[in-house]
Order: sequence, then C-alpha cells, then structure tokens
Amino acid sequence: MDLGLNEEQEMLRQSAREFLRRECPKQLVRRLDESAEGYSSELWHRMAGLGWTGLVFPEEYGGSGHNFLDLAVLLEEMGYNIVPGPFFSTVVLGGLTILTAGSEEQKMEFLPQIARGETILTLALTEPSASYDAASVKSEAIARNGKYVIKGTKLFVLNASVADYILCVARTRKTKNPEDGITVFLVDARSPGLKCTLLKTLARDKQCEVVFDNVTVSEKSVVGRRDEGWPMVKDILQKAAVAKCAEMVGGAQAALDMAVNYAKERVQFGRPIGSFQAIQHYCANMAMDVSSSRFVTYKAAWRVSEGLPAALDAAVAKAWVSEAYGRVALSAHQIFGAIGFTMDHDINLYYRQAKAAEIIFGGADFHRAVVAHESGL
Amino acid sequence: MDFKFTEEEEAFRREVRQWLQQEIPQRWIELDPGIWEETEESWALARKFQRRLGQRGWLAPAYPKEYGGLELSHMKRLVLAEELAYSRAPLSIEVEVTVNWVGSSIMLFGTEKQKKDYVTGVAKADMIFCLGYSEPNAGSDLASLQTRAVEVSDAYVINGQKTWCSYGHLADYCWLAARTDPDASRHEGISIFIVDMKTPGITVRPLINILNSHSFNEVFFDDVRIPKENLVGQKNKGWYQLMIALDFERSSIGYAATNQRIIEELIKYAKETTRNGEPLANDLLIRNELAQLVVENEVARMMAYRIAWMFSKGLHPSYESSMSMVFVSEVMRRTANAGMRILGHYGELDRDSKWAVANARIMRMCLSSLSIGVGGGSNEIQRNIIAMRGLGLPRK
Repeated sequence: MDLGLNEEQEMLRQSAREFLRRECPKQLVRRLDESAEGYSSELWHRMAGLGWTGLVFPEEYGGSGHNFLDLAVLLEEMGYNIVPGPFFSTVVLGGLTILTAGSEEQKMEFLPQIARGETILTLALTEPSASYDAASVKSEAIARNGKYVIKGTKLFVLNASVADYILCVARTRKTKNPEDGITVFLVDARSPGLKCTLLKTLARDKQCEVVFDNVTVSEKSVVGRRDEGWPMVKDILQKAAVAKCAEMVGGAQAALDMAVNYAKERVQFGRPIGSFQAIQHYCANMAMDVSSSRFVTYKAAWRVSEGLPAALDAAVAKAWVSEAYGRVALSAHQIFGAIGFTMDHDINLYYRQAKAAEIIFGGADFHRAVVAHESGL
Repeated sequence: MDFKFTEEEEAFRREVRQWLQQEIPQRWIELDPGIWEETEESWALARKFQRRLGQRGWLAPAYPKEYGGLELSHMKRLVLAEELAYSRAPLSIEVEVTVNWVGSSIMLFGTEKQKKDYVTGVAKADMIFCLGYSEPNAGSDLASLQTRAVEVSDAYVINGQKTWCSYGHLADYCWLAARTDPDASRHEGISIFIVDMKTPGITVRPLINILNSHSFNEVFFDDVRIPKENLVGQKNKGWYQLMIALDFERSSIGYAATNQRIIEELIKYAKETTRNGEPLANDLLIRNELAQLVVENEVARMMAYRIAWMFSKGLHPSYESSMSMVFVSEVMRRTANAGMRILGHYGELDRDSKWAVANARIMRMCLSSLSIGVGGGSNEIQRNIIAMRGLGLPRK
C-alpha cells in the first residue's frame, strides 16, 4: 500500500500549480466566466502545449501515455485554481470515451487532434428529465438509407457552444429494457439542424441546451456498438464522477487554504479570529473533509486506473465528496463573513463550483443509491 | 499510489482469520461483551485469550523479538488490528493502553531493568496496567493534575486522587502521572511512575458506567510509598514523555473494522426483516441511511490507513491521528443512532429479552459509543490539535 504520489505525479502537480497560478489568475477566471465562450484559446493552446490535453492518450495517438490517476492529479490542480473551459468535456467526456470505445479509425482521427488542442468535444447525455439513468434517454436516432437521423433535446451539456464535436447518446431501439437500444454518435457540431443555446447557470459554467432537429449523421459516426451503448455510457459516467471528485478535492483545498489564511490575519476583539475555538473547529472539520475526500477520490481513481471494478468506490467518492466540498465551501463563507458575500471576493467562485460539481454526474443521493445496490441491498 | 495489500499481507490476513476462528472461545461469543462491558467471567476468558495471542507474538506485534514481539511491519499490524476488531476478539482498551502506551513508553524511556521487568510481561499478557492520568479537576486540561509524588530518602511518596482508571480494580500496575515539582510551570513538574496496585495506601472505588458495568474506578493514593527505581524516564519531564506516548499508534485503526461488522449486520437485518409486507431493504430512506454509513465507514477506514501508511514511511502522524480518531468516533455514534432508527422499538430491547435483535448490540453501542469521542482526548481537544498543529492557527 502506498498512499503517496510518485515522483512524476509530484512534478506534474507542482508544475501545474505554478503554471495555473501564473497563467490563470482570478481576473482571467472572472472574465471568462462572464464571456459567452467561457475559455481562453491562448490558455487552451498553452495547456495543450504542456501535454495536458493528451495526457491520458497512448503515444500512438499523440498523447503521453499517462494513466487516469495522473489525470486525477492534474484535475485536482485545475480545481484548486478553477480553470474555466472545455478541458473536462474534451478530455474526460470526449477523449476517454473515444479511447475506450471508439474504432481504430476514430481514435486515429480524433485523439491526436484533441492532444494538439485543435478539437473541443463534449458529451450530450442528459435531457429535460435531468437524470442519469438509461430510461431518461428519449432522443431518437432513426436509421434511414444507411444514415441516422437524430431528433431530441439535450440539456445541461457542458461547453457545447464551443465544441467541434458532440457525443450524442440516443435511442436506436425501443424495448422493455431501457438500457437496451442506446447508441452513441459522434456528431459534428456544425451539422444542419443542430442548435445550441447557452444556459445561464449558478457557476457560469457554460452548460447548454442542444436541440437535435433531424440531424443526419453517417453510419461511421457510431461510437462503440449500435444498440449496446449504455454500458459504455455507464463506464464514462463512472470515470467522469471520479474525475469530477478530483477537481472538487482541489477546489475544497483552495477554499480551506483561503479561509485558514484569512482566519490568521483577520483581527477582532484584539486577536486573530483563527484563535477562537469556534473558528478553529470549523477549520478542523474542513480539513477533515478535504483529506478524507482526497483519499476516497484517489482510491477510486486508482481502481479506474488499474482497470479494477470501481462501481462501489466511484459511488462512495462522489457521494462523499459532493457533500464534503459543499460543507467546506459553506464554512469558508461563514469564516469570511460579510466580505465573502460580495462578487469581488474569490470565495464565491468556489461556492458556485461546489454546487455545480455536487449535481453533475449524479448527486450524493444518486450515488448512495448505487452504494446501497453495491452493498447487497 | 497503490491501495492494495500485498500477497504476503493477504496471506497473513487469512492466517490471522483462521487462527481467530479457532481461538476465540465459544463462551466469549455467547457472552458477547461489548466495549466497557466486561464481567468477571468475560475478563477471565479475555485474559486467557490474550495470553494465547501473546504466545503467538500478536499481542505486541510491533515490539522487538527480544521483548516478545515480532517486529511486524506496519501494514501487517494494520491487518492484524482489523481482523481482531472485526472478529470481536477478547481485547479491550486497557490491553491497548498497556501495550501501545505503557510498554512502548518503557522501551523508549525506561531503564534496562524496567525493560526487563515489564516489557516482555506486557507482550505476553502477564500484566495489565491501568492509566493514572485523569483527576477530578484534570480532564481535558491534563497538565493541571495535582497528585503529588514527593521524593524522600529511598522512595517516592504519593498522595492524591485519580479517576476514570479503566479496570483499575483488576490491573496489576498503575501507570501514574504525578507532580514532582509544584513550583515549576504546569508542564515542567510532572513525572511518570510505575505503581504496584497492591502497595499499601491505595484504595480503589468503583464507578459504574452507563452500561451498568464496573469498568472505571476512582483510585485514592494515601501516603503510598514506591521505590525510587519506579520513576520512568527523567524526573519532571513526564509531560513530554506522555505527549510522545499519546502519538503512538492509536487504537482507532481497528474501529472502522468494528463498525464494518455492525453495518453488515444492519444490512442483513434490513434484508431479512419485513415491515408492512415489504422488506425494509426496499425502503428508500433506509437504503439511503445504510448507504451513507457504508460511505462514512469507508472514509474512516481510509483515514486510519493513512496513519498506518505514514508510520510505514517513517513519518510521525500527529494531527492526522486526531482526524482519524474524531472521524471514526463520530461515524460510530452515527452508526449506532442510525441502527436505532432502523430497528425502531426493537432497538430498545436489552439482550435478555426473547425479542431482542442481535444481542441488543445496537442499543449497547448507542451507549458505549458515547465514550469514544471523550476518552483519550475529547473530540474538542482533537479538533484543537488539528487546527493548531495541522493548520497552524494561532493559540492566542
């Protein structure tokens, strides 16, 4: 058993932290949050230049052959700093799906493009029912003359407004089993009939409504097997949940660091507020939430990385970290008091991020239901 | 990172498990005494078992071989602690105190003669120590202790009162913290002594705990004369020795395994019990509650693993142990309380009722778990440690 990072991961962590401190200051974060596209193409290309977008792809696809655990280390740093943009949707939701389930041709075509920072991807799964089960997939793809015509509305699709390609989860066959008959398509975002509208959200994180109004795609755009796409979607949801936890661990650590620093400096009643037990105990609870979140997240990430069954550990992590980050962000706000209640102060960025991260890929209740199932209930 | 045990560690786990299946007495399983519930009969069974464990080298597995240990790796000790806890083996707090605090401290600070006289005896379960730390006015604020030890020609003479001495009525020795220099500052005038509990002048008075069981005692010292050679380590430096000992491996490592067993029993109960024609396991609220326990216990386990892993790397956990301790104690309380909610009225029944569920273990845990966040440093003190030592928050 070794619960520490290896030397290479330490280096990745350190260099990512330094790079993001320098290149992604909070002024930039705020500006991007307010912009329509939500990312900086300059920062995007520099991150690609550092090899981040190709981190988890094998070398033959233009990547550097790192594993999922390494990606978790990087995501933790991105969460620490809050990096707006389509990294998560492109690499985790898009890239990993193609890497795991795509044909050789698809991998050869898309992965090197992603690695070079030339292509932005996302996954269109959720619909107006806003849930993550197979029965909620109502969008249809009807086979017609060797092609498919997709019709339906996808909601809460990350970064779709800047995506070049959208992985669309659609129903190609209706049977009694909702998990049967699901197919994933890789759709060019400029396809006629595809309409994307930005949603105004709490975290200003560029979630979109994507309407597929008879969008025609070729047979070649199917990723994985026709009608048997749900296991693949489940697999990617599991990875996405763990990857999101890694990001949350970073965000929670940042909120803790900010609050502790403030508690050391802010003087009331002639002494730093951090010397009061009430504040100390908030901080102690936050520190427990942060470290515990880190360990359960990395355990799940390690299992994913090793190719071991990870359903229980991924659900444990997402159930725990979703709520832990929320508690940490809330306590941080309490410690900052009135100043935290302003747009100018950075802590609100973390509070917003915590809320969004808690919900995406299933909240704590959703994952506790998985834990119950995995525990034999 | 690597979250798995090695093949060798897994083999060791199987070896321990098999051994425990043979060695835990059937009568002990029938009696099923929980924490703080020993009776005369269970105590005798437990002492016998502990000697068997000692013969195997598993009572004090960390000790050097010359003192009856096995110099076992930290990870194997973790495995052993988990198996002992999960199997509800006849161990209890005072054994952990004797082995992990007293024996380890003697090895670190004691004279050669003390090591010879006590350490092997501890590892072989030939002797049990009770702790003489707390006093009526020195609980969380331990450094305010007032029991005096006065050096005279050939002895120390002890006067004062200790309290919460677990199993003081059954212990062979007391591991006593007493003030040797009343004029020095609070932390500077304390020393540690080994006191034979048969020494004249010692009076032990029972305190009946919340489980209606005699586990704690008040111990009165009235002109108790002990040989000078029973001072451990340096005179007046006892506080620092005591603090180092507190950081020794804490028993919290096994708690997640103890709790795991309870959660598994609750899950089994939910699957086997029908209410209003439906298995409890189909109730969404109950599923949610049990799942949360699984999640929290997994978190507690990882926090305990961190401690073992840090030791294995030669690091010395301090606030990390506090985190583990606070967390697991609160998870155990929540588990007991969730169990009470799931059992409803059946949770109220004590074990002698024919209607009682699983030996009334949940109800007893609901009471016994109150002690976990208090003894050995309350959760408030542990949180202070996390805040000040871990996060560098100021004292003033």
